[in-house]
Amino acid sequence: MHIDRLEKKWAGISLGIAGLFVAIILGSALFHGIHAPSNVETIDSARLHLSEEFAEDNLGPQRNPDGSITVRMVAGRYGFYPKTMVLPAETSLTFRWVSLDVIHGVHIPMTNMSTMIVPGYVAQVNTVLHHTGDYPLLCNEYCGMGHAHMWSNLKVVSKAQWADMNNQGGATHE
Amino acid sequence: MNNAMEKKLALVHLWVAFGAFALAAVMGLYQVVERSGFFGFLESREVYYASVSTHGVLMGFVLTTFFIMGFGYYVATSSLKLPVWNKTFAWTGFWVALTGVVMAALPLLGGAASVLYTFYPPMKAHPMFYIGATLLVVGSWFWCVSMIVMHVQWKNANPGQPVPLAMFATTANAILWLWTSAGVAMEVLFQLIPWALGWVDTIDDGLARTLFAWTLHPIVYFWLIPTYTAFYCLVPKQAGGFLFSDEMARAAFILLVVFSLPIGFHHLYMDPEQSHGWKLLHGVGTFIVTLPTFITGFTVIASLEIAGRLNGGKGLFGWIAALPWTNPMVLAMVLGLLMLILGGFGGLINASYAMNAMVHNTAWVPGHFHLIFGGTTVIMYFGIAYYFWPVLSGKPLYCKSLALTQLWTWFIGMMIMTTPWHILGLLGQPRRIDSVNYNNLLTLSWEPYEAIMIFGGAVLLYSSGLLIYNLYKTQIGTETYQGEIEYAEPIHAPTDLPEYLNSFKVWNIVIAVFMLIAFGYPILQFFLMETFGSGRWGV
Ligand code: HEM
Ligand SMILES: [Cu+2]
Ligand SMILES: [Cu+2]
Repeated sequence: MHIDRLEKKWAGISLGIAGLFVAIILGSALFHGIHAPSNVETIDSARLHLSEEFAEDNLGPQRNPDGSITVRMVAGRYGFYPKTMVLPAETSLTFRWVSLDVIHGVHIPMTNMSTMIVPGYVAQVNTVLHHTGDYPLLCNEYCGMGHAHMWSNLKVVSKAQWADMNNQGGATHE
Repeated sequence: MNNAMEKKLALVHLWVAFGAFALAAVMGLYQVVERSGFFGFLESREVYYASVSTHGVLMGFVLTTFFIMGFGYYVATSSLKLPVWNKTFAWTGFWVALTGVVMAALPLLGGAASVLYTFYPPMKAHPMFYIGATLLVVGSWFWCVSMIVMHVQWKNANPGQPVPLAMFATTANAILWLWTSAGVAMEVLFQLIPWALGWVDTIDDGLARTLFAWTLHPIVYFWLIPTYTAFYCLVPKQAGGFLFSDEMARAAFILLVVFSLPIGFHHLYMDPEQSHGWKLLHGVGTFIVTLPTFITGFTVIASLEIAGRLNGGKGLFGWIAALPWTNPMVLAMVLGLLMLILGGFGGLINASYAMNAMVHNTAWVPGHFHLIFGGTTVIMYFGIAYYFWPVLSGKPLYCKSLALTQLWTWFIGMMIMTTPWHILGLLGQPRRIDSVNYNNLLTLSWEPYEAIMIFGGAVLLYSSGLLIYNLYKTQIGTETYQGEIEYAEPIHAPTDLPEYLNSFKVWNIVIAVFMLIAFGYPILQFFLMETFGSGRWGV
């Protein structure tokens, strides 16, 4: 068998490049906790309305004792519910998504809030939104004829503003 | 050897492939126009999604499968100098696959299977769509069996000899495809068909997506291997040189087959039904599978350099100018490599899941795969066609300069179309939308890019037309042509090749172990935990 010297060198370099990338993703996964939505939690999508967690009154943001916020959302053809919502910036957010019907995907452009929403499963994403402003939530997996009409609105306000709104009993979603 | 039957077999497969391609290219242009929303009278989401579903199936499954089969049969017979084993068997495979295509096409064109080429449940297509898709795959299994049998026939007749590289690669692809298609076959046979016919009421989406992911990554290597085979075995000869290393080529094909299989979860990075550790494992494998591509890049560029220098090219870059740029195969490869390099950067972003979150399911994704798949892979299919058509039809190529124009316009069209497509993804545009309806300022910034894409699509359709015209004119020509496929010689002929570089026995065992590790528990978990299936939903 004959392998050229140059070629051996190149194989070494290639291994090095691949190794570097592997090290980067292992590093980011193990040390920075950058995780994809991977909670493997099942739920009966046909009976969401009967489930305690995703009953209509529980949807939208809810404050946790530690100051973080859990946002429960239902995706169904064709919208994400609640349809409009206000969230604080620079706050630890846990999104919990479920589907009423088929597969959807959701992302908030320019942020890393992105997940698939597979019926039968709860998709959980942790994130922090850094910039205030109006954002759309867009459906990014084909879910039927209305796929391009599937979106809802999010307003991100400063932490202080959000606290104000909530203390006065103002609605943060409708 | 009289191989008139082999020629016919290959040519018929290739015509089906390019016929599907031509139809799908027309749909492609319609799609970029429709989705831009600039022409109100065209707007129809029903037609759009029927079109994208058909375009995806034709390009992704029909063009590729038939091309790979036709190419494989002729590579086998010409590199081994053996007749195709059991021609009735081969033709049966062809007819099974074609029947499948027709069965799937009816509901697709009628709008009863607008579930896109990924057909994710619980959106349900007409059962005929799933049955047709299954037949297409079953037909391709006939081809796999043929390739493996011929490989063995030759080895038995030539004990201890290295199997010709082109055939080694083709057998690698047949084995790869058997392993690859097993995932989607299980999904369709055990889940989709019983559910679509109403025998069972619900389907577990998590399991379905997991089985589909089994197939979704290695399938792209199934499409790519003929392209790599041409890079290694055909182009160096056309360029007037030699293959730099036969052994490294074998190693690259083996790495491709072994490592492309256990890594499908990078398509599920954003999915809830698989846990983090498994995604990480597949993520690591995803980077390992870049190795054979790095090796291929090096070996084939080195082979080109040898050719350029033999042609009299001097200096660091002089050999590039001395390449036969007017040889369609050489041109196709150079343009294909350019697109591969650009697309490769994009691929690294997709594969890193922190960055993937930014582009997941945005317009970036179709932009990326049109560049690599519609670009690199398919442009070499064109190059191969220009070389094979005269041999198979016995008529000289109708017009070489037309072929060169076609390749250049394909490259230019792809650049024009996919650059703005990537940008749209970065600007947050979801993929698979038929129109833009979001009530948000962000969408205004999308318009100019949509306009440029139309222009790219038009150039691509023009280029597709040139290809079909040239092949057709060649076919109906009156002059005769006698020539055979010539394979590149390696600089050093492989001697005393170890058996692991000349056979797949060991590698099949390695793959079985890898697949058990990578998919065993992730599939088993659906039977261990309480899951809730979904019913049947229309589109
Ligand atoms: C004639 C040039 C082409 C044009 C103008 C074109 C255009 C398009 C468009 C607009 C879509 C819809 C994407 C979306 O909605 O997100 C699409 C989908 C697709 N194209 Fe092409 N395309 C062309 C050639 C090709 C080629 C050569 C291939 C591969 C061999 C290919 C493979 C696909 C596939 C597999 C899909 C389905 C994607 C999905 O379902 O998300 N296309 N194409
Ligand atoms: Cu949706
Ligand atoms: Cu959707």
